[in-house]
Formats: sequence, structure tokens, C-alpha cells
Amino acid sequence: MYDFDFVKPGSIDGAVKALAAEDAIPLAGGQTLLPSMKQRLNAPSVMVSLRGIPELQGVCRDGDVLVVGAATTHARVATEAAAEYPGLAALAGQIGDPAVRAMGTIGGSLANNDPSACYPAGVLGSGATIVTNAREIAADDFFDGMFATALEEGEIITSVRFPIPQKAAYAKFHQPASRFALAAAFVARFAGTVRVAITGASEGGVFRWTEAEAALKESFTPEALSGLTLPAEGMIGDLHGTPDYRAHLAAVMTRRAVAAAG
Amino acid sequence: MPKDGIGASTKRREDLRFLTGNGKYTDDINLRGQAFVHFLRSDVAHGRINGIDTTVAADMPGVLRIFTAADFESAGGLPCGWQVTDKHGQPMQEPKHPILAEGKVRHVGDPIAAVVAETAEQARDAAEAIEVDIEELPAVIDMKAALAEGAPKVHDELTSNLCYDWGFVEENKAAVDEAFDKAAHVVSLELVNNRLVANPMEPRVAVGDYDPWGDQSTLYTTSQNPHVIRLLMGAFVLNIPEHKLRVVAPDVGGGFGSKIYHYAEEAFCTFAARALKRPVKWTCSRSEAFISDAQGRDHRTKMELALDADHNFTAIRTETYANMGAYLSTFAPSIPTWLHGTLMAGNYRTPLIYVNVKAVFTNTVPVDAYRGAGRPEATYQLERIIDKAARDLGVDPIALRRQNFIKPDQYPYQTPVAVVYDTGNYDATMDKLLEITDHAGFAARAAESANRGKLRGFGVASYIEACGIAPSNLVGQLGARAGLYESATIRVNATGSISVYTGSHSHGQGHETTFAQVVADMIGVDASTIEIHHGDTSNSPMGMGTYGSRSLAVGGSAIVRATNKVVDKAKKIAAHLLECAPEDIELKDGKFSVAGTDKSVDWSGVTLAAYVPHNYPLEDLEPGLEETAFYDPSNFTYPAGAYGCEVEIDPETGKVDIVGFAAADDFGNVVNPMIVEGQVHGGLAQGIGQALMENCVFDDSGQLLSGSFMDYAMPRADDFPGFKVDHSCNTPCTHNPLGVKGCGEAGAIGSPPAVVNAVIDALHRAGHTHVSHIDMPLTPSRVWAAMQK
Ligand SMILES: Cc1cc2nc3c(=O)[nH]c(=O)nc-3n(C[C@H](O)[C@H](O)[C@H](O)COP(=O)(O)OP(=O)(O)OC[C@H]3O[C@@H](n4cnc5c(N)ncnc54)[C@H](O)[C@@H]3O)c2cc1C
Repeated sequence: MYDFDFVKPGSIDGAVKALAAEDAIPLAGGQTLLPSMKQRLNAPSVMVSLRGIPELQGVCRDGDVLVVGAATTHARVATEAAAEYPGLAALAGQIGDPAVRAMGTIGGSLANNDPSACYPAGVLGSGATIVTNAREIAADDFFDGMFATALEEGEIITSVRFPIPQKAAYAKFHQPASRFALAAAFVARFAGTVRVAITGASEGGVFRWTEAEAALKESFTPEALSGLTLPAEGMIGDLHGTPDYRAHLAAVMTRRAVAAAG
Repeated sequence: MPKDGIGASTKRREDLRFLTGNGKYTDDINLRGQAFVHFLRSDVAHGRINGIDTTVAADMPGVLRIFTAADFESAGGLPCGWQVTDKHGQPMQEPKHPILAEGKVRHVGDPIAAVVAETAEQARDAAEAIEVDIEELPAVIDMKAALAEGAPKVHDELTSNLCYDWGFVEENKAAVDEAFDKAAHVVSLELVNNRLVANPMEPRVAVGDYDPWGDQSTLYTTSQNPHVIRLLMGAFVLNIPEHKLRVVAPDVGGGFGSKIYHYAEEAFCTFAARALKRPVKWTCSRSEAFISDAQGRDHRTKMELALDADHNFTAIRTETYANMGAYLSTFAPSIPTWLHGTLMAGNYRTPLIYVNVKAVFTNTVPVDAYRGAGRPEATYQLERIIDKAARDLGVDPIALRRQNFIKPDQYPYQTPVAVVYDTGNYDATMDKLLEITDHAGFAARAAESANRGKLRGFGVASYIEACGIAPSNLVGQLGARAGLYESATIRVNATGSISVYTGSHSHGQGHETTFAQVVADMIGVDASTIEIHHGDTSNSPMGMGTYGSRSLAVGGSAIVRATNKVVDKAKKIAAHLLECAPEDIELKDGKFSVAGTDKSVDWSGVTLAAYVPHNYPLEDLEPGLEETAFYDPSNFTYPAGAYGCEVEIDPETGKVDIVGFAAADDFGNVVNPMIVEGQVHGGLAQGIGQALMENCVFDDSGQLLSGSFMDYAMPRADDFPGFKVDHSCNTPCTHNPLGVKGCGEAGAIGSPPAVVNAVIDALHRAGHTHVSHIDMPLTPSRVWAAMQK
């Protein structure tokens, strides 16, 4: 790790100001950022901790919407969202291991947009809104390919607003080493619409499977998906799975998510 | 018998310190004035070093000195401990393995320069500022490509990338070929034994120290065999005689083979400490371990089995390409040859066997022994081809094995591959296995799985291994450049407590508990009065360390011998005290008594007399009670057994779940059943890990694709079911005093073929009869792909 300065502001304003410094970077749970700094792949001048800002913490209901503070840990979402939005809580409870869930945050996960991460599927699949210090960004406009998002330099996510679906579930197939998603599907059924988001599979990162959405809108059953396939082209091919396999697996996970949503 | 004697499942005494954070590992050793080294390692697999510019780096804060190959002109290369002779009688090609790269880099991770600085971070900062002018050369990664005409050479001074082409037994080759020509059935299989990274929990660490007061060098290191390191490093690399060099391997957090070898970093720290007159420490990071620890396996094999019309095995022929990596690690050449070819008879009466091994240099990390070392590769070939033969011939794979087993009345059994099995009973362990796996209930379980849409399968594997390594005169003839005896000193203290010094080394095996049980049992004192010391060349006699499941069979035998000497002398002292002849003295429960009388003296009465010899036969006997013994085995030991695996495959995803695993082992006598069970569990975890998950893969340019735990799949507890482990079918070893065989590697040897056989079985039961083999690891992606064809 290279030397850096560390600040821990108590407000969103304070964080935004601190982030104006050259090469300043927000620090949330550190589960992604710290390993990359230890490997010297990342060398911020200032680390701005978001962990001392009360507005970024917690899960609360606002009408039909569940609001999750950006610095809320996976562990908290897994328990505190369980009553209001069980599908999302279950997703958070499947991220990493207990140590990772105790530290990692939703904001960090979304800002990082790992193509194999879980939350991007939950957020895109819910049609959530990402709220930053400057604006609101629809999930459909937020994810911008592997490790890329619509966030500007110095912009911080403050919360995520999830419309609460009638039914939702996440089906995740573990990559055997990292236990991130080798392919996973988040399926949510709302009055009049269904959203399906696939993570882990595509070289473009999380994406919506619109054919599956249309089929499920007609009939929200696993059988409605039979015969539907995803093209292997553009899928990730690596040690753990070929593009063919990932395309196949994404469809299997979608069916299982629908079955689990009931 | 004392309560913690032989046969008791005494809890591991060492665990208290490990579990409470009081273990003392090499990284816990911090010496006054200590400096830190960071190695600048190659990020290309093959390249010519045209220049190293250290001017900027040398002026960076905290930098004490930067070393390159030029600083090691007086030092030797890292020695190879075994010379294999090829099938034409020529010695293997043996390139120099320098401490720091000389002229060329040969794998990603090859150390180019070393920066010693006040702090580890400063050393790393400066290493980044070193400018290395490397001209990248085409790399050879694939073994067959490395042997092709005109392939780039890993070592320019060698004639090719072929280390040796070994034939065993070469004289049998024609007869084997003839047997194949005459065979009623020939079965063949191409197999990959996947490369593995040992990944002990504790990465390697070295601290070099130099004391000008006595011109003494000390190396603290994460080693399985500190005496071997002292010999190799002192005599061959740094020219420091043993009496000026102490090597200490304190608590070591796992090795699995990877900490046997003498590594460049150890020699460097010892050398640099002398040069700088300051202690120099190196702590390996996990990422660095992936590219600098010797790795395991990596064989590509064509296996053939010939059978007669009655399905008796008549001959075996195998051709293996064994990856050596870029340099010869300490014992690398012996693994695919003497630890592999000699086990090719397995548990069977095959009369004719020919094993060919081509060892190949590639631009990859060196490969050496890893838990099982050669024996898992042999077992995998045999147990896979027998399953394939059974399937091709339409017979039961268990019956085919039984038909060809060596039978209990055939011992000692001379195999056609040099070794002589002393004892065994393979039907007994197979019977036991089928009992504990409830083989009879399999059909019902398979039907139940099918109801849930899952494919269930069952596979077995028999195995035999050669442990208790090794008779020195024999291995000397085979090319070993070391003896393989073990040593022990029993130092009885005045008040009767006992300090035992063993030349073997514990890095997870529980020696401190087991060895104390042996001594406690022999003398009849409480095990808590016995302390086991290991890992320090300054206080124990020359020992060869721990690997090859040798510690109890060889090290324990040395302890038995030394204890016998102690008891003999103690009896003489007791006879003096009790005024009788030594022959009349009996030792029982820690008490010496005169046979047929009620006269006795207890253990501490004798030990006190030995050190306060007021009433003592000083004319006939020296005071004190301390004895040393060395034990050199007369044969290997041959643990064997039968393993059974039950899998459930999710046909939609290809994911294999191990739903049942059982091991019936014959380890001979068992000193601590709980520890033995733990050793089997650990071995199974690694064997199943190899079969399903672990895979070390380089891309075509030699970059490691599985260079972290994000991509190298280490098995976790929830990847396994509860294991059923039995070791009741014992045929004690006939040639060592404890009758023990060794249990450390069995789990990793027998399990991979059992897993693969179970998966193939499940696929065949489900109608995927075109799948005759899937290469390890059987990842979901591979299993699914196999089902699609
Ligand atoms: C062993 C392990 C297993 C894991 N398994 C999984 C898994 O199964 N599924 C999964 O989805 N993830 C997994 N993760 C990742 C984990 O979910 C992390 O929580 C996540 O990657 C990053 O969150 P963080 O809070 O730790 O962010 P940090 O590491 O602190 O930051 C990550 C990035 O986001 C930026 N950032 C952080 N917060 C904000 C914000 N509010 N606004 C703008 N930018 C911000 C940081 O500057 C940094 O660039 C795993 C991680 C580990 C170490």
C-alpha cells in the first residue's frame, strides 16, 4: 500500500468537499478497495471514509419504496430489509461471507459494478433509483459495462430507492473460487410488469433479459421461460465457465428465481 | 498402560497454543535491527535481462542495499537432491537454479533483484523503482510443444527442454509390448493430472541473522526439514559449514510438501544478513506464494491396461509427460519416477508393467512433491482405467478389482516395479468400505435423488502408497543424494521428566502429542511429563524432516530405539539400587521391580540416581540418562485402502455435490485414532479439492490465470459432507517396531479417482454413456459440457 491521507467527515457535504482533492476516493466497507490498494493497483492521495455519515446508514420504508442508505452493510440489509423486501434481503445475505457482509456496503458494490456482483442485479431487477449527492439516476441508466457506472468524479451515492415488488427472488450460482456469481438472476414481479436482471454472465456487466421479462409478464411461471435462451456471444469465458455455459446457466438461474419467488 | 499411551485419542496438546494465538511462527520472530527484503520478480514468463538499473532505487528512503545475480558469484545454485538416470543410462539434464536470475528470467515470479530496506514498504517502493530492461522471449508452456523440434529453450545451455526420458523397468518393455499384442482386451485412457498450488495457511517466511561474535549464521524458516535446509544451503549454496549455521523451523502453519524444498529466499536472507550484519526478514504474500512456492502434480498421461479373456490384468503401459517447471526444485525429478513408477502395480497382481516418463522444462513455476507426490498420479491412472475397463467389458468395477487384488497369502509380494509389499488385505478394506457406505442402500438413494431431478453415482478406488520414506541404501541406488533415516534423542531429566528431540518436524501433524504417547506408553509415565522438541538444528541430532508420511514410521521408530536404550540403562541403575541383576528388573507403569519380589523403585528414583549418583555403579555406568538413536528403515511401508464416493449431479448446471464419502484405510497400528482421522479428513479435502475445484492454469504466454483465491478454488468446509473414516482393518507393518505405516497422504491419494469414478457412474446411469472421462477438476462447466455432446 502506498501512503495516503485519511479523513472521516460527518456529513455528505463534508465528504463531497474532501473528495474535491486530487486523487481523493471514497472508502466504504473497503472490501474491494483495500485489497486493490494492498496490491498497489490503486493509489489514492486521500481516502474519504463514508462510515461516519449518519444519513448514509440504514434501511427505511418510504411509501411503496424501500430506501437503503449507501453505506449500509450487506449484513444490515439482510436482516433489516427481510420484512419489507425479502427478495432483496436474501440477495444481500448471499454476498460473500459473514466478514464481508459485516463490512461491505451497497454503495461500494454499486459504484464498483463488478460484472459478477450481486447488488447490480438486485438494483437493475428492481428498477431502483440510485440517489447521489447531485442527482437521481435510474438503474437502467446507471450501469455502464464492466466496472463502469454513470457516476462522475467525486460524486457519491447517498442512497438507493427500491420500489417494492409483489414477488422477487435472486438465484445465484457460485463461481467456485470467489463465490461471486458465475451467473445469477434477479427476478421481480410488479403490478403489470416483470423485470429480470442477469449478473455474472456478460462481458457487458449486469443486463436485463427483456425476452424473459415479456414471457413472465404473460405468465409468471418457470414454464413460461421454456425454450427461451440467451446467446453465448458476449458472455464471459474464463477458467470457470465457457460463454455457452454461462448463457445456459443464466437461463437456468432465471427459472429458479421465478420458482423461488413463487 | 498410562491413560495417554498408544491407542488413546488424546487431544492434541499443541492445539491450545495454536487456537489461543500463542503459536510461534517464523513471522512472529522479530530481531533487533531487523531489515526487510522485497524481491522484484519477473512479470514475464521468459525473457533476456539486458540490464538492471538500480540507481534511482538505491537512493530511495530506507534502502540499505540492492542485490542482483552479480552479488552471488561466489554462491552456488540451489541444489537438486535427486539425480534421475534416463532410459539410456544418461544422467538427467540439470540446469543451474540461481538465487537471483542470471541473464534470463524463466517464469513469472522468477526473482530478478532483491531490495533490503529499513521497512518492508520501503523495500517494495524501491523495488518498483528498479528499471529492468527485459527482452521478452517466446515462452514454452505446453509440455508437448516444449519438446517439439525448434521449440524455444528454457535453458539455453541444455540440448533441449527434456530433463529426462525415463523407462521403468526398461528391460521389461519388450515383454510388456508383447503382452499388449496378445491381450484379449486393451483399454486406454488419456488423463490430465491437474497442477495444484499447495496453499498452506501460513505463507513462507525467512529471517536470516548473523552474529559476528561467533561467526554464526542463523536462519529461521518455514520448513518441514530444517536439517536438510542446513545441509543444502550450507554445503552447496553459501559455503557455511554446519557448525557455523543454525536453522530453526518453529511452528509451521502447514506445508503439504511445499515447505520441503530449499528456496532462494532462505539462502538470500542468510546471505544478506552476513553481508549487512543485520537480520534480514522476508514475508511472502499470498500473491507471491502463487508464483514462488513449488507447485504439485501436472502430469499428462496415456494409460493402457491389457487383460486376458478372463479379465485378469496382464500388463500395464503408461507414458507420462511430467512438468518440472522452469527449474528443478529440490526433489522434483524423483516424484514422477521413483515415487510414481514404483506404485504402478497398485493393489493388483499385474505381472508386467512399463512406465515411461518424460520430464519437461517449461516457463512455469517449478513443480515438486505435493501431498502424496507421485503416488496420487499413479493411483489416479490405475483406478480410472480399471473403472473404464469394467465399463467397457460390462463387469462390476468392484468385482474386477477384487479378482485382480493381491491376496493376503501372497505377502511379501514382489511387484514388477521394484518394491516388495510386506503385508496388506485389500478385500478387507473393500468389504469395510461397502459396509460403512451402506452400498446395499445405494439403489434406494439413487431413486430418491432421481425424484429430486438429481443424478446419483457411486465410485470406488483402491490405493496403495509407499510411505515411511525411505531405506537409504535403496534410495541411494536410485539417485537420491541424501539418506532418509530419522533421529531421536531422549533426554531424561533428574526429576524424571523427559525431553525428546526428534529430527522430524511437525507442521500440523500433531507429533508433540503422538510421540509423547509412544514414550509414555513404553516407560509407563504420564504423557504430560514428556515434551517433544523439534525444528532446531542446534538441539536435535541430524534429522531428515517430515514428508512422505514418514514421521511416525521412521521418526517414531528412532524414538522407540532411543527409548529402549534409555530403559536398558535405567534398568541397570534400578538393578544397582535394588541389588539384583538387570535381567531380573521389570518396568511396568513407571516402576522398576525385582521379578517375583515386592522390591521396587519408581521412575523418578532411578532418574534422580542417574543425575545425583551418590549410590550408583560409577565403575560400570556413566551418570546421566540420555540416549540418541538413528533409525533407517529396511523397506517402505505400504498403507492401503478402499475409498468410496457418492455424488449427486445437478443435470441443469453440471454441479457435482459430494453427498457421501467414506475411507477404509489400513494404516497398520494406530497410535492416536483421532489424529489419524484428522489426517485423513485433511487429505480427503485436498484430494476432493483436486478432483472438483483446484486448478493452476497458465495462459499461452505463461501468465498465471489462477493467481489468487478469486480464481484458484480452494475447497471449504461446506463443500464436503461429513466423512466416514475407518481404520479397523489393520495389517501391522512387519518391519518397524511400532507396526505403523503412515496416514498423512492417503486421503489425497485415494480420493480423486473415487470422485471421478462416481461422476462417470452417475452420468452413465443417467444415459450419458458417451462420457468415458472428464479431466479434473470436474467443474460444473466441464461436467455440463460433457453432458451436452
Ligand atoms: C471475499 C469477498 C467475497 C465477496 N463476495 C461477493 C459476492 O458474492 N457478491 C458480491 O456482490 N460482492 C462480493 N464481494 C464484494 C463486496 O460485496 C463489497 O462489499 C463490494 O465489492 C464493495 O463494497 P465496499 O463497501 O466494501 O466498497 P469499497 O471497497 O470501500 O469501495 C469500492 C469502490 O466503490 C467506491 N465507493 C464506495 N462507496 C461509494 C459511494 N457511496 N459512492 C460512490 N463511490 C463509492 C470506492 O471509492 C471504491 O472505488 C466480496 C468481497 C470479498 C472481499
